[in-house]
Amino acid sequence: MSLDATYTRELPLVENNATLKDLDNIIALPTETKPTKGWWIAISISSTALLIGAISLFYTIYYGIGMWGNNQPVGWAFGIINFVFWIGIGHAGTLISAILFLFRQKWRTGIARFAEAMTIFAVMTAGIFPIIHTGRPWLGGYLLPLPNQNGVWVNFMSPLLWDVFAVSTYFTISFLFWGIGLIPDLAILRDKTTSKIKKNIYKVLSLGWTNSNRNWSNYERAYLILAGISTPLVLSVHTIVSFDFAVSVIPGWHTTIFPPYFVAGAIFSGFGMVSTVLIIVRKVFNMEHIITIGHLEKMNKILLATGTMVGFAYSMEFFVAWYSGNTFESFTFVNRAFGPYAWAYWIMFSCNVFFPQLFWFRKIRRSIPITFILVILVNVGMWFERFVIIVTSLHRDFLPSSWAMFTPTLTDMGLLLGSFGFFFTLLFLFLKTLPLVSISEVKAVVEGAQPTVHPHPHTNGKAIQEGGDGH
Amino acid sequence: MIKKLIDKLNEINKFDRNADNGERSKKLFGLAALYETPNEIIEAAAVVAGKGYEKFDVYTPYPLHGMDDAMGMDKPKVGYVSFIFGLTGMCLALLMIGWMSGIDYPNIIGGKPFFSLPPSIPITFEGTILLTGIATVLGMLVLFNKLPKIDSPLNDTDFMRNVSSDKYGIVIQTDDDLFTEQDVKNLYLSTGAYNVQEIFYRESNLTTKTPLFDKKFISAIIGTAVVTAVVTYFIVNFVLYSTVPFDWMWVQPRIDSQSPSTFFPNNSGMREPVNGTVARGFLPYEYKGLPDSSVKLLANPLAVSKEVLERGQDRFNIYCSPCHGYFGEGDGRLKGLFPKPPTLHSKKVKEWTDGNIYHVITNGQNVMPSYAEQVSRDDRWAIIHYIRALERSKDASEQDVELAK
Ligand code: HEC
Repeated sequence: MSLDATYTRELPLVENNATLKDLDNIIALPTETKPTKGWWIAISISSTALLIGAISLFYTIYYGIGMWGNNQPVGWAFGIINFVFWIGIGHAGTLISAILFLFRQKWRTGIARFAEAMTIFAVMTAGIFPIIHTGRPWLGGYLLPLPNQNGVWVNFMSPLLWDVFAVSTYFTISFLFWGIGLIPDLAILRDKTTSKIKKNIYKVLSLGWTNSNRNWSNYERAYLILAGISTPLVLSVHTIVSFDFAVSVIPGWHTTIFPPYFVAGAIFSGFGMVSTVLIIVRKVFNMEHIITIGHLEKMNKILLATGTMVGFAYSMEFFVAWYSGNTFESFTFVNRAFGPYAWAYWIMFSCNVFFPQLFWFRKIRRSIPITFILVILVNVGMWFERFVIIVTSLHRDFLPSSWAMFTPTLTDMGLLLGSFGFFFTLLFLFLKTLPLVSISEVKAVVEGAQPTVHPHPHTNGKAIQEGGDGH
Repeated sequence: MIKKLIDKLNEINKFDRNADNGERSKKLFGLAALYETPNEIIEAAAVVAGKGYEKFDVYTPYPLHGMDDAMGMDKPKVGYVSFIFGLTGMCLALLMIGWMSGIDYPNIIGGKPFFSLPPSIPITFEGTILLTGIATVLGMLVLFNKLPKIDSPLNDTDFMRNVSSDKYGIVIQTDDDLFTEQDVKNLYLSTGAYNVQEIFYRESNLTTKTPLFDKKFISAIIGTAVVTAVVTYFIVNFVLYSTVPFDWMWVQPRIDSQSPSTFFPNNSGMREPVNGTVARGFLPYEYKGLPDSSVKLLANPLAVSKEVLERGQDRFNIYCSPCHGYFGEGDGRLKGLFPKPPTLHSKKVKEWTDGNIYHVITNGQNVMPSYAEQVSRDDRWAIIHYIRALERSKDASEQDVELAK
């Protein structure tokens, strides 16, 4: 019996034998041509949503957060749900760009740039919510340890403050990561463009990058270090977000499973969003050979894994609620699954746990329409997960006399819609202005792109032995 | 009209990407060669390095594996910068938290020490990462790669357009000690270059020094910074103090104490509790105002213990000793400012039940006011135990002395 050597061989990451020049042309095309009709339609929809969000934001700021459906005891609702939802979306980007990089998953090159951009926009969207939730967003500076006329400092023991640090660090590092990835690509665009204005913009933004190997060497090392620090960073961010809940004493929040559970959920929801958008984008911009069905299949596998982890966390929570023997804890969970918000719980459970199980089948993993439906369900399910965690834990608290139901107002809905509008408008602008796939990284994984010989400095074809074997 | 304008703009915007723009001088920067395949370039680089050239570089559209070895380069040193700044970030974050919450404005939160390590870990971690990341990127770009270098002689050349797309190039600079035009050209051709070209300095490379240190540039930056800061300061102040809805935290829809309210019929802002309301832990005293003969049945609910006696001593010294003296002998420290109380070692007090003393503390007696507001119920009983101990210590028996040993 002999092993089939082709069985373990990776399929080519870029299909159709594209040459390096082809890659330049295909990937840079959206930045060089006039927007298509489809793009105009897409951006008008998203900016309409953004406008609705802006109006809701105006109401929120002018009249205060009394415009929201929050009440006693449901003091946290849509604002925090949206915050956690969008921060979670961002996590897939860092996972793809940093963690998969450390694991030497070459397939990430096709989707990393896009996913990183998504991270940045998602964190920006998320950042809006805690700020407006303070009620007086113009006093947001007090969230930072800045000297002030009262002589007091922020409370360093509060998870909410940790959040401020985690989210702003996360944004900065993701932005740097994305930014240095763009430098070589901007240099490519600089050398390709035929417009004077663009040329000058690219010239400045690419910092005069010359593709020199002495620069590449430092660049690659810096990239590796950034990947190395982004990995614990991304885990810390959602861990700290989960502390906002876990450090409090509300039944349903006060559990030690929260950090890993939140991180898995974040990656799950992020991949859901990446797939949703990529399926459309690769079609619209003719990039099916660069963002291949193989990419989608691999993402579906990650969705299956993280979805199952999330399902495990849901069951574990129930088990602990019963096993702890704490009446308040078990009440909260029975109330979640069978109380007045049972519909939300079961939407969450089926979208996040049941449906992704279909990805066990290779046919379904590789079917684009079914994948599209399933990933949309994941987005819905993960939004509801945050709804379930936040609203159902709060609405029936320790004192039955203060139980209440939460009903979102129009402003709440407008802000939710607006957050999608903000995110997608930024995304569409990005798709038209910057290369949505990292050109230089994809070039490096094309077949035949890497040298097959590894010489050392030598004269007349003879290697100078420098201690090593001159492999 | 508008169409004409757009046409005109397009005309200005057009530019021939193949033309070498930027004024070139006659001074040679280096000789460049182009190769078709990664294997050719990596071999060529090894040969060039082997010949002893030092001021040369390889230009590739993406990093080639093994090129650093072929060129005989040292390992990149970016990591040191990251490490140093990572440590700095960690220390700065810890110092910040320690100083702010432990020294400058100590505040008890959740019964924790002013500065405690576990809750400081998240922020310390984020600080470490933040500084590491920023330092890595800036260090890589500015310190090691000497960017920005927008007017590098290589940019805007045909050579650069090729290596940023799909060719692999090498440049040996004229300031290398071994550089002679003929040798280099031959070397290139012998290693399989398909194109050799000369790269000239720009005029600007030769004249101006670093544009960053240009006086005009620096003063422009400082000027903009000052103007922006001043304008922002005034705008923020204006916005925060005088426009709706931008107000401060003290602006709240609430009734301040001592202020009227038109909301209630009697225009009083203060609400009074319903008749007969009893606050938690404040049950009314049932013998209030009655003579002490009626309180015989009140018994001390506390058992004597070390803790209770210590608590009693503590409270007695605070609340009773100013008038009664530390040992209850009526020799307080008020020096005649208040009528002198009788000694607590009198036969009368000794024979009293605990309830009687409790009644005096709670209700007051003649000129002695009630201490019910200041001393909680349990503390009153603890004081009484302590008074009993004082009395016993004043005429202790032989047995007591034995016991004390
Ligand atoms: C402001 C000074 C003052 C303070 C403080 C004070 N007392 Fe007195 N106390 C007096 C005076 C004066 C009398 C005598 C009242 C009278 O004329 O009957 C007195 C009387 C008494 C008596 C009754 C003695 C007797 O022979 O009738 C007792 C018992 C007593 N105090 C206990 C206390 C205790 C216990 C405290 C601490 C909670 C306390 N006092 C705090 C001034 C004070």
